[in-house]
Amino acid sequence: MLPHSSRRSFLKVGLIGAVTLASAGAIYRLMRPLSTPNRFVLDSDAAAILASIIPVMLKGTIGITPQAVSQASSRVVTAVAGLPLATQKEISDLFSLLTLGATRRLLAGVPDQWPQARIEDVEAFLQSWRSHRLTMLQSAYAALHDLILGSWYSDERNWPAIGYPGPLAVLSPP
Amino acid sequence: MTTSVPIGTPIIDPIAAGLSAGWNVTDASTLASDRIVEADVVIIGTGAGGGVTAEILTRAGLRVVLIEEGALKSSRDFKMREADAYPALYQESAARKTKDKAINILQGRTVGGSTTVNWTSSFRTPADTLAWWQQHYGLIGYTSEKLAPWFDMVEQRLHIGDWPLPPNENNDLLRRGAARLGIPTGAIRRNVSGCWNLGYCGMGCPTNAKQSMLVTTIPAALSRGAQLYTRTRADKFIFTGDRVDSLLCSALDGTGLQRTGKRVVVRANFYVVAGGAINSPALLLRSKAPDPHGLLGKRTFLHPTVISAGFYEQAVNGFAGAPQTIYSDHYLGTQPLDGPLGFKLEAPPLHPLLLATTMQGFGTEHAEMMRQFAHTHALLGLLRDGFHPQSAGGRVQLAADGAPVLDYPTNEFFWDGVRRALLAMAEIQFASGAKKVYPVHEMATGYSTWASARKAIDALPMRPLQTRVVSAHVMGGCAMSDDARLGVVSSGGRYHGITNLAVHDGSLFPTSIGANPQLSIYAISAMLASELAVALTGRPSPRMKAPA
Repeated sequence: MLPHSSRRSFLKVGLIGAVTLASAGAIYRLMRPLSTPNRFVLDSDAAAILASIIPVMLKGTIGITPQAVSQASSRVVTAVAGLPLATQKEISDLFSLLTLGATRRLLAGVPDQWPQARIEDVEAFLQSWRSHRLTMLQSAYAALHDLILGSWYSDERNWPAIGYPGPLAVLSPP
Repeated sequence: MTTSVPIGTPIIDPIAAGLSAGWNVTDASTLASDRIVEADVVIIGTGAGGGVTAEILTRAGLRVVLIEEGALKSSRDFKMREADAYPALYQESAARKTKDKAINILQGRTVGGSTTVNWTSSFRTPADTLAWWQQHYGLIGYTSEKLAPWFDMVEQRLHIGDWPLPPNENNDLLRRGAARLGIPTGAIRRNVSGCWNLGYCGMGCPTNAKQSMLVTTIPAALSRGAQLYTRTRADKFIFTGDRVDSLLCSALDGTGLQRTGKRVVVRANFYVVAGGAINSPALLLRSKAPDPHGLLGKRTFLHPTVISAGFYEQAVNGFAGAPQTIYSDHYLGTQPLDGPLGFKLEAPPLHPLLLATTMQGFGTEHAEMMRQFAHTHALLGLLRDGFHPQSAGGRVQLAADGAPVLDYPTNEFFWDGVRRALLAMAEIQFASGAKKVYPVHEMATGYSTWASARKAIDALPMRPLQTRVVSAHVMGGCAMSDDARLGVVSSGGRYHGITNLAVHDGSLFPTSIGANPQLSIYAISAMLASELAVALTGRPSPRMKAPA
């Protein structure tokens, strides 16, 4: 149990965080042209975010070239497209939160715009969300973790590096 | 049962054959106008409960309509690739989560339901679970003896038997590690016929060896004239007095994510809900089914499962070979059923997407773990929830759009069980020769000795999202009891207060099972469907039979 005063400030930060997350999503949705409602769309902002996060999430992985990052990014988009529309909206909200300068600095602690973001800052952002006291940010980290790592390792181009032979070729031609 | 691996045998796709023989199957995503359908019985869901019920009722001569939210896929489509299989065959692309997003839930969404994608583990309902139901829910017909003929029937029908090949290394490590500690293990029976021992059961069986509902009861029902509507979401029942008047459904588009705007309305004499736990109570909640005691959707159980990965000198190749063949119930029996949470131990199949998303961390740490992929062994500790007063399960709620959301709160009692399970698994893995053990937890790392692992696990803060918890066994939410204060359906599966509505699936269970639930669902549904056939036709019920 936290001491009373720090519990109170935690609650305060929690509340602000939650309001910020919800309103960032709402503001962002107002700002952008409406395409298909709810469906996640990878616009240039979201693409820049993924392009910064993917190499950090996959640091140390064999075969992580700029081309591979861009392929991983499209596989993330495909993976999101298979999720329920309500989940796609949550993911859109997450990218909105990361796009807006104020919330990027405040909640992710990344000072620079995404294309200029330093690897150490992105790493620190992921580490801090991984165990953040706002569980909403923990689950946002978990979503990025699963989407990026799942997309990478489900790609047959990345199987030889981990010693996975893939399914029986006679039943599943490559 | 065959003892050799019949690789190269031509694969006969019973779905392709049935469709060309004129089965009555409608993919609702293609509907250009609304449909009104009439039947004797409509069954919502085509998984373990719906499949068995469909075969029995069609054999009884009843006109059956099956409603399935997923698509009709078959061996032609099952290419053993995670990126395609999970979105096509699972609820929410295999990423369904509890309300707090702390527990990932695997459930099927395809014709055959979870039976199309499960790992074939077949256990009869444990006797102590049944005794608990008799004592606490008055389910006097649910004894091992009274259920035995139903188990016999479905085991014969679904070719459930001993697995004749040696376990793969991933399972054998459980056997060897446990043996060194004096912990007994057993062999898991499987519902397969002519299995190639490939290891891809979770992505749909590419050879039709797995005797899922997709290749057994559903073809039997369709061959007898049942109608199947796929890509059809059951929205709600319309009640008139104490009867269901009709079922309103929406056609989904080809992605399965959006309604097309076309409706399917089904009018039947009798309605069987078999959408699986979570979805069945959600349908009844949306329909505002009578619930005078506030039980509907409550006491939903998960066998919450925690994971321990071990790295070995030798190749483990956890992706190859029958996925689950060895188990241990030792830690279910070390304390009373209603004492501290007990857990079952099993080994899961390891495929790249599943392992990569399961393992904690990112960057170099994660990359190093993944480089050990072929040398990785994993154990699952499945916690038996629902028996202790502090293990009351979760509650199905409805989101604004009517979609189900499972709120599954956790407490100290729960995390105590989690910690003991992580300890037990690490100890077994060191006993079987692990070089390193990774309890799956955001604050854990790889430990090289049992002493260091024990110290670390003892100190890990156990809480949602930090400790990885998953589930593939959703049960409860429409508990059965003849006492309406204890269950929303009777011991015969009949919904209290509604004369033509029943539930036949895992949501019936008043607690978790303490074993992989498919066989319990098959046998209990067979019994309930047979009683229903007698009630609806006035004739003796037919037996399920495999084709000659």
